Amino acid sequence: MAYRPVAIVGAGMTKFMRRALETPKELAWLAAKAALDSAEMKLDQIDGAVLGSAPDAFDGVHQKGEYLADGCGGWRKPYLRCYVGGGTGVYAIAQGWFHVASGLFDTALVVCEEKMSSCRPHPQAAFISIFDPITEQPLKPNLLWIFALEQNRYMHVHGITIEEIARVSVKNKRNALGHPSAQLGAEITVKDVLDSEVMAWPVHRLMVSPTSDGAAAVVLAAGDVARRLTSKPIWIQGVGWCLDTAYWTNRDLYYPEYVEKAAWMAYRMAGIREPRKEIHIAEPYDPFAYKELHHLEGLQLAPKGQAPKLLADGVFDRDGDLPVTPSGGLLGVGNPIAAAGTMKICELFWQLRGEAGRRQVPGKPERGVAQAWGDLMQVGTVVVVGTKQPES
Amino acid sequence: MKTRSEPQNVRGTPLDTRALKQSEIFLYSYAPGLRYQWDTGEAMGRYLAELKEGRLIARSCRKCERVMIPPRMFCERCFRPTDDWVYVHDTGTVNTFSLCYVSWDVRRLKRPEIPAVIEIDGASAGMGILHVIGKTAAKNVHIGMRVAAVWQPASKRTGRITDIAYWAPLNRRRRNTGA
Repeated sequence: MAYRPVAIVGAGMTKFMRRALETPKELAWLAAKAALDSAEMKLDQIDGAVLGSAPDAFDGVHQKGEYLADGCGGWRKPYLRCYVGGGTGVYAIAQGWFHVASGLFDTALVVCEEKMSSCRPHPQAAFISIFDPITEQPLKPNLLWIFALEQNRYMHVHGITIEEIARVSVKNKRNALGHPSAQLGAEITVKDVLDSEVMAWPVHRLMVSPTSDGAAAVVLAAGDVARRLTSKPIWIQGVGWCLDTAYWTNRDLYYPEYVEKAAWMAYRMAGIREPRKEIHIAEPYDPFAYKELHHLEGLQLAPKGQAPKLLADGVFDRDGDLPVTPSGGLLGVGNPIAAAGTMKICELFWQLRGEAGRRQVPGKPERGVAQAWGDLMQVGTVVVVGTKQPES
Repeated sequence: MKTRSEPQNVRGTPLDTRALKQSEIFLYSYAPGLRYQWDTGEAMGRYLAELKEGRLIARSCRKCERVMIPPRMFCERCFRPTDDWVYVHDTGTVNTFSLCYVSWDVRRLKRPEIPAVIEIDGASAGMGILHVIGKTAAKNVHIGMRVAAVWQPASKRTGRITDIAYWAPLNRRRRNTGA
């Protein structure tokens, strides 16, 4: 199947912060402007804009997409808002991709923004309304429940220990020390993680990403246009997304089928047959430490139940055989819901151009995969990017 | 006087609580009054009516042969209407659980809430519902544990999922009721 080739030509992001002075609109503007500036482009060179941002309930601003349009370069342009929970940050790139791949747009600006701090007493409380109002909300669930339930199931099915999972926090927070936007970069040990407060067993505090305010953005351009704009376009080689049933209690949570399906959709498009060999950097979604491992298996980058062992062996270190989350991820950089996945896309953009500074993975990586996840253990969104232009 | 034309911090301005307390920044608060009244639909309506009677009910799809709980009027896999009502047991097996020390509104709890996914006897394999385990020492809870619903007394049941107060080890209920 022939698609018009699409490349990322610019990227930018704000700091990720527990609480920002800036309004949501200002956060979006700062990231969008940074992305345009990095591509040395002006807004009137942008044909269409895409926004990803999570529930209106967080900000208490209804029709948040329309409110944010001014900050996303959406003034008097074709504009699309999309949302699939935490999956949004990668999903929005896929939405931008098909704007340009279709031939209808030569360029697109994709912005993902989240300001979680406005929700009182804590953004966590807003999440109760994602649960089913009849079968679940009366039980007063919170978001920790579903992660803890899933982590426990994953550990039980494969015999994985909390110590093995804690290593993800150590790696990612250390990697984040090299990220200028990071909220929680730190040098910690496995013992620190195990000593941290048990929030919802088996989840410890240092295994949980923070709530954050922040925004990230990329500029997309078609084939020839991209090559005129930059000497190092990073091509979108494959996109995939897949949603599972909302009846999450009817599923065995030990393995994310929907991430696997989304991954193969993207890999097939990219012509990848052996992901473990053909992917050089992975940025899986890590809102909780175990999730990185869970998702690596869904992404076909580790056999089921084996990701913890590969992590312990150093395979996923920045200088390992398959660097995973060199950005520092959600655990280290921060987790503004919709923007976090886009931060991972930005990371691959910088890594593949050799512009990741202290975070740069060695060698000359040519291909990476970013994945985000969201909802009630429900969505997988995957984008494969690389230095080689896909064949038309 | 020269006015700044660039934003003071091009990548965002982190705030801390000290700045807020010293009123260095303006704040505006708003508490929306949102009330909802949801229609249950046929499936949930029957589910709740049966809960009031102290029973659990499921729906079956003859095509994929699943017996589904929570019940639904269409099968999301076969994308066709479901066929029959099927009573299922109020006993089951713990598929997974957690010991949660933080409430939904972020208060710390001394004694943990124990949410669990419980696979219901009589429904298809893996058909679980979300509920809570109660009156059980945390260290005794395990995946694979057999549990039974502990119901509110009939006079207190109103047709809600909380008509089941909690789930407890199966043996204990058998001992108490002689059932």
